[in-house]
Amino acid sequence: MDLSYSAEDLAFRDDVRAFLDEKLPKESAEKIRLGQDLGKVAQEQWHALLNERGWLAPNWPKEFGGAEWNAVQRHIFEEECARANAPRVVPFGLSMLAPVLQKFGSKVQQDTYLPRILDGTDWWCQGYSEPGAGSDLASLKTRAVRDGDHYVVNGQKTWTTLGQHANWIFCLVRTDPDVKQQEGISFLLIDMDTPGIEVRPIILLDGSPEVNEVWFTDVRVPVENLVGEENKGWTYAKYLLTHERTNIAGVGFSQAGLDAVKRMARAEVSGGKPLIQNPHFAARVAQVEIDLMAMSTTNLRIISKAAVGQAPGVEASMLKVKGTIIRQEINDLARRAAGPYAMPFVSEELAGDNAPIGPDYAGPVAAQYFNNRKLSIFGGSNEIQRGIIAKVSMGGGK
Amino acid sequence: MNFDLTEERQMLQDTLRRFLGDRYGTAARNAILESDAGFSAEIWAELAELGVVGVLFGEDQGGFGGAGFDIAVVFEELGRAGVVEPLLDTAILGGGLIAALGDAAQQALVEDVIEGGLHLAFAHGEPTSRYDLNRVETTAVVSGDNITLNGRKAVVINAEAAGYLIVSARESGDASDPDGISLFLVPAGSTGMSLRGYPMLSGGRAAEVTLDDVTLPASARLGTAGAAYPAIVDRAAAASVALAAEALGAMGTASALTGEYLMTRKQFGRPIGSFQALAHRMSDLLIELEQARSAVINAAGHLGDDPALRDRHIHAARNLIGRVGRLVAEEAIQMHGGIAMTQEYELAHIAKRIVMTDHRFGDTDYHLEQFIALSAA
Repeated sequence: MDLSYSAEDLAFRDDVRAFLDEKLPKESAEKIRLGQDLGKVAQEQWHALLNERGWLAPNWPKEFGGAEWNAVQRHIFEEECARANAPRVVPFGLSMLAPVLQKFGSKVQQDTYLPRILDGTDWWCQGYSEPGAGSDLASLKTRAVRDGDHYVVNGQKTWTTLGQHANWIFCLVRTDPDVKQQEGISFLLIDMDTPGIEVRPIILLDGSPEVNEVWFTDVRVPVENLVGEENKGWTYAKYLLTHERTNIAGVGFSQAGLDAVKRMARAEVSGGKPLIQNPHFAARVAQVEIDLMAMSTTNLRIISKAAVGQAPGVEASMLKVKGTIIRQEINDLARRAAGPYAMPFVSEELAGDNAPIGPDYAGPVAAQYFNNRKLSIFGGSNEIQRGIIAKVSMGGGK
Repeated sequence: MNFDLTEERQMLQDTLRRFLGDRYGTAARNAILESDAGFSAEIWAELAELGVVGVLFGEDQGGFGGAGFDIAVVFEELGRAGVVEPLLDTAILGGGLIAALGDAAQQALVEDVIEGGLHLAFAHGEPTSRYDLNRVETTAVVSGDNITLNGRKAVVINAEAAGYLIVSARESGDASDPDGISLFLVPAGSTGMSLRGYPMLSGGRAAEVTLDDVTLPASARLGTAGAAYPAIVDRAAAASVALAAEALGAMGTASALTGEYLMTRKQFGRPIGSFQALAHRMSDLLIELEQARSAVINAAGHLGDDPALRDRHIHAARNLIGRVGRLVAEEAIQMHGGIAMTQEYELAHIAKRIVMTDHRFGDTDYHLEQFIALSAA
């Protein structure tokens, strides 16, 4: 065992730092720091900057234009980006659809869609969950019926993150209602400009318009947009979900969040002393930090085991559960640290160019605390993850 | 011992619950939350008419209640319905301070409050005072017959609607000396006082208040110069009973919504509440909710006792409520899943009310420290 970074790792870290220093737009970093919505233009700008450097797709094999980084490189990159308040790259095309196309898509689909993910032509969103199919995803009802060279799609998807910006959606649809649930599902690529698609925003509890409902009424989708085989979509869906979880530990986010909490606690004064010297608060911070130190290594151990282009198995569920618990605890600490100044609701219009209310770090913390309750719900809730861990570890599963 | 409510309080609870059930449903409340004023003048007038404001004052103050259990009964119901109208700020704090310290002329304002015609705000916290009640850097300087205030007040809830702000300022002592703090009645629109208003995450509005050479007559002072601290601590204790009871009521709603959802939402062909992983957690919420009720009863029952005994129960209750409140809010959201993340679902507002009570008059950790300090004494 060797816990130190190699000379190559350190050189890579210097490269990453130099890149962030030079290329990360200051305005975007400031928005991320203050918990503000980045907007589509700034998001696409960051996407293009990473692509230009060849760092947009760390997990993709080189043949498709990926960086093929090892686990340590990915860890370093994630950590440095989080610390620099770099925007999170929108994952739906890059980390979720792309691995599916690379493994199950046709040559034509790979040649058509993968370059457009990299160059930012397409913004993908995900059509998985439905009002009646959340944790029980396989019970989905959105129906696709073959009609000549097309599928006709009817139904409703929900929790579609940033669907308002997307021009394509990948969907799980039911193509055979008469077989076991998992065996009648197909994976379709749908152009959002097709007639019959309507996107309706859902406002989240912190006031953010982050997710959407997507309604399909007689939407005609060319059959060549089917990925893999008809009725085999569940296999691809599961494959995608394991990739969705590769970055789910969020160690970089946690480290950046913990740094921010410490900065806040140095600035806040409680009983005449900096809050960071308050024994109860300091103990809370230390407990999370101790958990995070171990999590960082757990994360590295698990992702190191998975080969390039592969996703970890049941361990991914462990990363998700523990990683989200840590992130949410840090959100709670940030809320506490802000004290009474956590109470103002700093909407986008109030933020604008106006001076902050109280210290600027206090503005977003309560909203983020509530918004990040989603971490343990989406992408397979922590209850579902625990079920997977139990089934695999005690049931002799794979 | 007897843990039943008196007949009067039982009637108050029934009346208030019925009123809020009729008039403060999700749609009505969401409209109030989105309004410019941040609360409903109509609801306020009706609450006053029902006697809900008056019951927060003692008989010697022109009311017909004012005890810990009166406060607890009212605020539990307000919490249950997610009410954002500023009863804490106008009545318990503003009205309560005037009633405690004011002379006969000043006391007349309490009558206006009880009738629903006057709003108040307590401008005490400052940008760096956090939860320390004794830390006051705003100054009050006497010159002839006048008093001049200078300083900044932070997150002053209900400041924009208030006819008077009750402003704490220091006449002597260093920044954290309990002695030397006075309270002043500052009329809205006073020259030199500026407000920067904003909405709050869990509803209602507050403002940052700047006092720049605000000149008042000596008659604006409440009580004896420099001696307001014990009254401030007393009202903070009453506010803590109110906040704890409000959180308790809101937790009741959160757990009821969760229980209902667990029995109706089906996944994998059965109600999700039939999965033991969720059923046991629901049971834990119900256990903790009973503990929370007992903590509120302890605090309310000791509100009128001598400060050492009173504060022991106040700090215990706020610490326990803070812990249980976080658990209930987080678990209620988690067990619901995505639906609870949406603004329009009932639980979103209720969860925010629960958690954000932890940012007024001391959070969970603050009250733990105060409890330890008292226990060590």
